[in-house]
Amino acid sequence: MSAAPYTLPGRVVRFGEAVSLRIQLRGVVVGLILVAVVLALSVFAIGTGEFAIPPGTVVSTLLGGGDPGSAFIVRELRLPRVVCALLVGAALGVSGAVFQSLTRNPLGSPDIVGFPQGAAVGALIVITILSGSGAAITVGALAGGVLTAFSVYLLAFKRGGTSGFRIVLIGIAISYLLVSVIDYLLARARIEDAQEATRWLLGSLNGRTWEDVTPLAISLAVLVPLAIPAARALRALELGDDSAHALGLRVERSRLGLVALAVGLVSVTTVAVGPIGFIALTAPQIARRVARTAGLPLVSSALMGAALTLASDIAAQRLVPDRALPVGVMTGLFGGVYLAWLLTMEWRKGRG
Amino acid sequence: MSSSPLRAEAVTLAYDARVVAEGLSVDIPEGGFTAIVGPNACGKSTLLRALVRMLKPKAGSVLLDGVEISSLPTKQVARRLGLLPQTSIAPDGITVVDLVARGRHPYQRLLRQWSHDDERAVAEAMAQTHIEELSGRLVDELSGGQRQRVWIAMALAQETPLLLLDEPITFLDIAHQVEVLDLCAKLHVEGRTLVAVLHDLNHACRYATHLIAMRDGSVVAEGPPAEIVTAELVEAVFGLKCLVVPCPATGAPMVVPAASQQ
Ligand SMILES: Nc1ncnc2c1ncn2[C@@H]1O[C@H](COP(=O)(O)OP(=O)(O)O)[C@@H](O)[C@H]1O
Ligand SMILES: [Mg+2]
Repeated sequence: MSAAPYTLPGRVVRFGEAVSLRIQLRGVVVGLILVAVVLALSVFAIGTGEFAIPPGTVVSTLLGGGDPGSAFIVRELRLPRVVCALLVGAALGVSGAVFQSLTRNPLGSPDIVGFPQGAAVGALIVITILSGSGAAITVGALAGGVLTAFSVYLLAFKRGGTSGFRIVLIGIAISYLLVSVIDYLLARARIEDAQEATRWLLGSLNGRTWEDVTPLAISLAVLVPLAIPAARALRALELGDDSAHALGLRVERSRLGLVALAVGLVSVTTVAVGPIGFIALTAPQIARRVARTAGLPLVSSALMGAALTLASDIAAQRLVPDRALPVGVMTGLFGGVYLAWLLTMEWRKGRG
Repeated sequence: MSSSPLRAEAVTLAYDARVVAEGLSVDIPEGGFTAIVGPNACGKSTLLRALVRMLKPKAGSVLLDGVEISSLPTKQVARRLGLLPQTSIAPDGITVVDLVARGRHPYQRLLRQWSHDDERAVAEAMAQTHIEELSGRLVDELSGGQRQRVWIAMALAQETPLLLLDEPITFLDIAHQVEVLDLCAKLHVEGRTLVAVLHDLNHACRYATHLIAMRDGSVVAEGPPAEIVTAELVEAVFGLKCLVVPCPATGAPMVVPAASQQ
């Protein structure tokens, strides 16, 4: 077979006729760089704080060495928090990439389609009306988030093929509705309940232990492999429903599966740390611009989400001396700036 | 064996409560170049959607090679039957070759992402549509005509014996229209069965071997253009007074709108 008269981006690695893999070099390089960034941030996060530990000691302690004192601080106090941030960030990154690809809109993230607001209403109902706590709050939050996400989905996609714009508009409308419900619930709550609720409403990584990390890690171990077939379906769906169908994809079924995966990923992060805004919105777009892929790359989005969440948490802990802020404050700040930038870009493009 | 690889039998097509066609039957002749013509919103795209089973008929059935199409595995259908939709979306930042390569989706698997067959099919599709020199360009940055050729190449890379095209030339200038139709004619001569929704009756008469004229969700006439295209038919389908004369270049029927009555 003569050489093809075109060059396919990336490399093809073949093992016989049955196995052939397309590898995008830039994607691989970007992935490796992000892994390095994540590792460096982790060592920094573990090594600094009230009791500083030099990076070399952090690494050797992580690998099993070190004196008992630093081993306790590194492995029991600080590592769970870092792992928690990374897992949550990665899950949010993938979830955002799936949502945005599906809606073909950079605003189509769980933040915008009402998931966190729905979760907040669910949690608030449990806290202020049912006087529940702990696991009950989590169940309420999940029920609220999932219910909202699927209502938005049903309203937007009811008549088959829809523009991504519609889901965003419906999502924003429902979010506003829910925000007023949140205000109402907070206004009628007892002051202690309102305090507890506000603490919950700002996702936080403070005081995470291995007991928080384990269920998160297990649920992600179940959900993340589903991202592999999801990526393939997304590549077809990106071309529009009609083309995806012509390429042999079961459009409705795939889309429902993808929404379920994305909502599932946000849900497990909400259980672990409460709502953390804007990571799902920003990570995929930044990842796409850095990796220069067609469509949103799932792996880079996961790594980018992990890096952003950890960086936000590091900043949130150190920004105000003697007062660790919840990570949600930081991601909100960061996300607001990003959103302003995105809208300016789109506005320029629209006028240009 | 029936001579029709694809047929709709008395189908009722509807979106929710909105019925577009009732008891509609069409036969796509094997090896033919079928053109579907009719006024806007008469249900041409809806019919194509039903033929590729994107829209499930409320009644009646669609048969692919004599088998009820909804009973076949989707991937198998995608290797027999291709569709170039009226509107498609190019993902941000996709290059020409990457888009054409997506046409290989029905042949690819998790661990089989780029076989020699994929490579050959994409090369052939790009050569047939003369877009090799565009291969590294971004699809967003192409002209309308170039972009349409890229989408056609994607459909060709799917290597289906049956290819349905919904308004493939609507946004092209006349030279590019003829270029795309010549390409279709070549694909037809090489053995593919083509179906295209066309707006220009003269193009349809000139290129198609079989014409289906639709109005309000039903077929008004079907057959070879030379046998069915008359001034009466054009008036019945489009409500336009016209003359039908032989085309000076090919002898096919040519529709010339009558002088304005005002
Ligand atoms: N997704 C849809 N939902 C509801 N109605 C639709 C949809 N698509 C098309 N229609 C309606 O069906 C009718 C036929 O449309 P279509 O088949 O696209 O016409 P054509 O392709 O002949 O211009 C039109 O009245 C149109 O408004
Ligand atoms: Mg149409």
